[in-house]
Parts: sequence; structure tokens; C-alpha cells
Amino acid sequence: MPSQRDDAMAHDTASAPVHIAVDRAHASQPAGAIKIRARDVNVFYGDKQALFDVSLDVPENSVTALIGPSGCGKSTFLRSINRMNDTIAGCKVVGRIELDGEDVNDRSIDPVVLRARVGMVFQKPNPFPKTIFENVAYGPRIHGIATGKAELEAIVESSLKRAGLWAEVADRLHQPGTGLSGGQQQRLVIARAIAVSPEVILMDEPCSALDPIATARIEELIDELRNQYCIVIVTHSMAQAARVSQKTAFFHLGKLVEAGPTGEIFTNPRDSRTQDYITGRFG
Amino acid sequence: MTDAALPNAAANLRQVVEARLKKRHAQEMRFRLYGRMAIIVALSFLALLLGRIVTQGYSTFIDYQIAVPVHLDASRIDKADPTGANYDLLVAESVLAKLGEKDDEFGEKSGKVMEIMSNDLGFQLLKMVREDPTLIGKTITVTGPVKSDAALYFKGQIKRSTPQDSRKLDDQQLDWMDKLKASGAVTSGFNVSFLTNSDSTEPEQAGVLGAIVGSAMMLLVTACLAVPIGVLAATYLEEFAPKNRWTDIIEVNINNLAAVPSIVYGLLGLAVFINWLAVPRSSPLLGGMVLALMALPTIIIATRSALKAVPPSIREAALGVGASRTQTVFHHVLPLAMPGVMTGAILSLAHALGETAPLLMIGMISFVPGVPEGFTGAATVLPVQVFIWENASERGFHERTAAAIIVLLVFMIVMNLAAILVRRRFERRW
Ligand SMILES: Nc1ncnc2c1ncn2[C@@H]1O[C@H](COP(=O)(O)OP(=O)(O)O)[C@@H](O)[C@H]1O
Ligand SMILES: [Mg+2]
Repeated sequence: MPSQRDDAMAHDTASAPVHIAVDRAHASQPAGAIKIRARDVNVFYGDKQALFDVSLDVPENSVTALIGPSGCGKSTFLRSINRMNDTIAGCKVVGRIELDGEDVNDRSIDPVVLRARVGMVFQKPNPFPKTIFENVAYGPRIHGIATGKAELEAIVESSLKRAGLWAEVADRLHQPGTGLSGGQQQRLVIARAIAVSPEVILMDEPCSALDPIATARIEELIDELRNQYCIVIVTHSMAQAARVSQKTAFFHLGKLVEAGPTGEIFTNPRDSRTQDYITGRFG
Repeated sequence: MTDAALPNAAANLRQVVEARLKKRHAQEMRFRLYGRMAIIVALSFLALLLGRIVTQGYSTFIDYQIAVPVHLDASRIDKADPTGANYDLLVAESVLAKLGEKDDEFGEKSGKVMEIMSNDLGFQLLKMVREDPTLIGKTITVTGPVKSDAALYFKGQIKRSTPQDSRKLDDQQLDWMDKLKASGAVTSGFNVSFLTNSDSTEPEQAGVLGAIVGSAMMLLVTACLAVPIGVLAATYLEEFAPKNRWTDIIEVNINNLAAVPSIVYGLLGLAVFINWLAVPRSSPLLGGMVLALMALPTIIIATRSALKAVPPSIREAALGVGASRTQTVFHHVLPLAMPGVMTGAILSLAHALGETAPLLMIGMISFVPGVPEGFTGAATVLPVQVFIWENASERGFHERTAAAIIVLLVFMIVMNLAAILVRRRFERRW
């Protein structure tokens, strides 16, 4: 890798070398290739089954939206992709979820590594109560991505730039991240996820705690990030799904009802339940 | 129901509500009154307690010192063995000389003087002569405390109006003391020796230094054992342990342990630490170990609730960027819980500082006239010192009891303030 890094540096000194390396890997894959392949996923919370035989393909370099009424299992599905469900006592995931053809639940996969590859953004912005810099630097630090202070600073800067936050925080990197506005906090959290060069970014209702302007800002950002990452977003806003996603999956009562290109789902749903939901008849 | 009935019912309802409203207000007023009364009662008890201790103890911090020139008569002190001389008698004779009196042949007067002059003066002379034998034959001035009974007279706690045979000092002794005071030989000042001396058989020479050092050493042992063990146990239970029947049982037991009477821990220490592990009796190490056992449940409970108060979103955030569970806990959760942990730890240590019963159980009630010689040496601690002095027969010790309580309370207040400051300083909002 060092040689690749070096010529990457020569190419563009402004952004972190690690990202460039990853970008090349991304670029080598055709857009639209399947990044995540879920087959017959069943999830149980104790005795209660939350997901029933969910099978879904998530394409690379695009935004896939998960929609459906509250409690239908969207978050549950999202959390099984990066195995955050492992941290919930009594939660059991059965079935196969592949990331680049590898089963994420395989014994050989360390959830710690998986979660670096599959970043997550939560409903409520949850920056660490530390400085902005520390928030972004934490991931690279624990994974040993940066070898020196300069490299770490470069990663922080490029991550904040990608998250569209750099201009607003460049002069106060060492102030607490919790002092930012809600929308800024959410972008900080996105920067934190980006900093470990993930391949996939999972977003669980990232705008539900934000005002419309901050929401628009995040949606723009999602659209920009789509070129480099595979993004899965849970949203309860139909309009948002229509605006940001290329693929939409509709969940209902723990089952995946239908999935397809966003345009088709919204204009020409095959299932009557989808039709009812997007026209606002329930949910 | 007809349409007309409805507004009627509404009017009725309003009346009923209004009638009840008065009752509700009265109830509220009553409750507030009870609350205030309860607080007043509690505060007045506290004031009574503190007031009594302070009024009883403050006089200890004043002491009366006498300065007398003593002629070290070469014929009465053997140069080869200066220990053999009766320095107390020399002091007494010098005091008599100062009073313009002469000892009678039975030594009755000098005996009476010895009853009002601390033998500390004699000790000082002996020490000086031993260090520098050339002093023999010269006249030197020694300064030292008067006996505690004499001091009590100066402080007005032994009164001349009391009939002579029901007080410790007779009229002649009181006359002498008045004379000494008037002549300026006796002066009063801040009682430094109370803070720089350790326990003594003579009340005027007894101080709390040994007890303070003993308490500090014991508390250090307690803190070094209970805080890390308690915090780690709580962290494991809260963040790592599976939630099953066993952890439930452990949790219930820890909560019960916090309510076990402290003397039981003393028995445990006696059985396990002394008889089994052969830890030296009445040492700060042993006391610290017993108090650590006692403080553990409280620290565990405080730590667990501090950990519980850290929002789950922080854990998700850390896990989400790929931190392991251990990293999540030690980089984020535990640091955020630290103010709560520290407050809990300081308060339980403050509690341990005042604990007496289990220490009596493990034999920490010996007379220790000095600071402890290390963690395994014999030691006394502040609350036990209070207990020992309170049980002494001399009146001078009772005055010191209250003063030792004041010292103990000052340390406790300092610790509680520290706990409050820690909480204020590091308090976080999410
Ligand atoms: N930690 C949990 N423990 C038990 N049940 C849960 C837990 N999380 C979610 N559930 C249940 O699983 C179902 C799906 O929840 P979730 O995935 O959060 O739905 P959504 O995100 O679509 O609103 C719901 O019925 C919910 O009650
Ligand atoms: Mg959800």
C-alpha cells in the first residue's frame, strides 16, 4: 500500500491519502453492483420476532431508502447490517447478510472491523461530549488508521470537508462538538463515520430531529456522498425517500413488502399496502 | 339523557369542582406546613448538636502556658546520669520561688504545685540537660502547659464558688494561680500542641496528631482497595455481565450488603483478616481493609447509577465507529460517569472516616502515644480517639473529646465539600 499512498499524495495533497486509496477501490467497481445482499433475515427480540424472511439487495454507490410505518422493523434491519443488534441483550439474527459476498455474521468477521467498514448515523445526533476534532479523530485513532499527528489532522479536515462542515468549524475545532446546532451535530457525526473510510453508511432517520433547513443540508450531503459510498437510509418521510434515494424498500409488520427503483415504487407500486402507505392511508 | 340535561350537568360539575378546590388548596397548604415544620425540627436538632459540641470543645483550642526560670542545681543533678534527678520538683520549687514561698519540709507545697503544673516542664528540662549537659548549674527558663485542671480554672470551668472539697483544686492552689496569672508568668494562646501532639496520659499534653495521621493512613488503604475494586466490579456488572438470574442475585446481595450494620464488618475482619490472614491488629492496614469492605457496596451502587445515567446514545456512537466494548466503556462511558463515581466514592470514604464500631471490634482501641509507625504499626483514628477520651475519667479529656469531634467534623465537611465541588465542576448535560 505505501507506494499507492505516495502517488495518491502526489495526486491531491489536500485530502487524506487513506480516502483516496478507498476511492480507487470504489471506482474500480461498477456502480450499481450489489454491495449488500440480505437473504431470509429473521430477527428476534427474545421470543418476539421483529423481521420475517427479509431478502434485499443494496446496490453500490447509491442511496437505498427503507420506508414503512413505525415499528415495522426498519431500524432492526439496518442494525443487523453492522451487527449493532449484537449489543442488544436477547436479540438474535438468523439468515445471511453479505457485504461484498462475505457473511457479516461469520465467525471470522470481527464486529469491530465490520463497524469500521459499515458506519452508522443515528436518529438523534450523538457527538461525543468532546471537542469537534476529537469526535472525528476518535475512529481513526482506535483503528490505527493515522500514523502521525499530521496525517490525523489531514483525515479530520478531509472528513469534515466531505461532511460539508469544515467551513463552519475550521476555526473552532477544539471546542466541544455538543455546542454545535442539531444539524451541524448530525454532519459532525457523519464526518466521524466517514473518518474511518467506511464502504457503507447506514442512516437511521438522520433528519427526524432536525429543522427543514438543516434537513435540506443533510439531504444535499447524502446526494454528494452517494458517489463514494453505499448509503442505506431509514426515513419516515416519503418526500425525503423520493428526493434522495435511487432504490426504495417498503417494510410492513416486519416483512419486506416490495423493493425497487424509487421512481417505480412511488409511481407504480405493485403491492396495495405500498400504495396505501405512500398515499398516506396508514402509517 | 336529553339535550337540556347537558349544560345543567356541566354547571353541577363546576360547583363540585369548586367545592373540592378549597379542600385541595387546604391540603396543599397543610402539606407545605408539615414540610417546613419537619425541616425546622431537623435543623434545630442539628444546631443543638453542633452548638453543644462547639461550646464544649472550643476552649480546648486555648491553652495556658507558664514560663518559669529554673536553676539547674549542680548538686541535685548527677552529670553522669541526669535522668535520675527529680525535675518536677525543681520546677515546683522554682514556681514556689516565683510565688515568694518556700517548700515545707514534707514537700506538701511542692506537691500541690505539681498538681497544677504539667510534668511536660520537667520532661523538657530533662531533654535539654541530656542534649547539653553544660546547662547544669545554670538557670534556664522553660515554658510549658499548666495542668488541665488549672487550665479549666482559668477557663472558668472550675469555679472558686464551688465548695473546696468538691473541686480538684484547693483555695491555696487557686490563689497561686491567680497570682501567677497576674504576674504574667501564665499566658494564654492558641493550643498548637493539641494539633501537634498525639495521645497522652495527661490531658493537657494529649493531641490529635496521631489520630489524624492514623485516620489518613487508614483512609488511604480504604480508598486504594475500595475505589478500584468497586468501580471495576460495578463497570463489569453494568456494562459487560449478561443480565441473568445470577447477576440479579449478585445485585440484590450488593444492595443488601450496603445495609449490613457496620459492626458485622468488624466481626468479619476479626475472623478473616486477623485470625486467617494474620494482619497485625489495630493497624491502619487492618482498619482500612475492614472499612474497604464496608465502603464497597456503596461505591458499587454509586458507580452503577452513574453508569446508568450515561445515555445509551454515547455507547451507540462509540460502537458505531468500531470501538470495542472495552474501548467504549473506558474511553467514553466511564469518563462520563466519573463525576458520579467520584462523588459516591468521596461520600462513602467520608462515611468510613467516621466509622467506629467495626474498628473497636478489631482492637483499634489501644492507647497509642504517637503517630503510627507505618501501615502495620499500632494506630488510633479520630472517631476511636473520641471514644477513648470520652471514656476517660479526667475532666480535661472530656473537653478534648468535643475538640476531637470538631476536628473530625471539619475533615468530614471538607470531604463533603470536595464531593460537591467535583459534581459541580464536572457536571455534564446531554
Ligand atoms: N431492543 C428491543 N427490544 C425488544 N423489542 C424491540 C427492540 N427494538 C425494537 N423492538 C421491536 O421490534 C420491532 C421493530 O422495531 P424497529 O426496528 O425499531 O422499528 P422501526 O425502526 O421500523 O420503527 C418493534 O415491534 C419493536 O417494538
Ligand atoms: Mg426506527
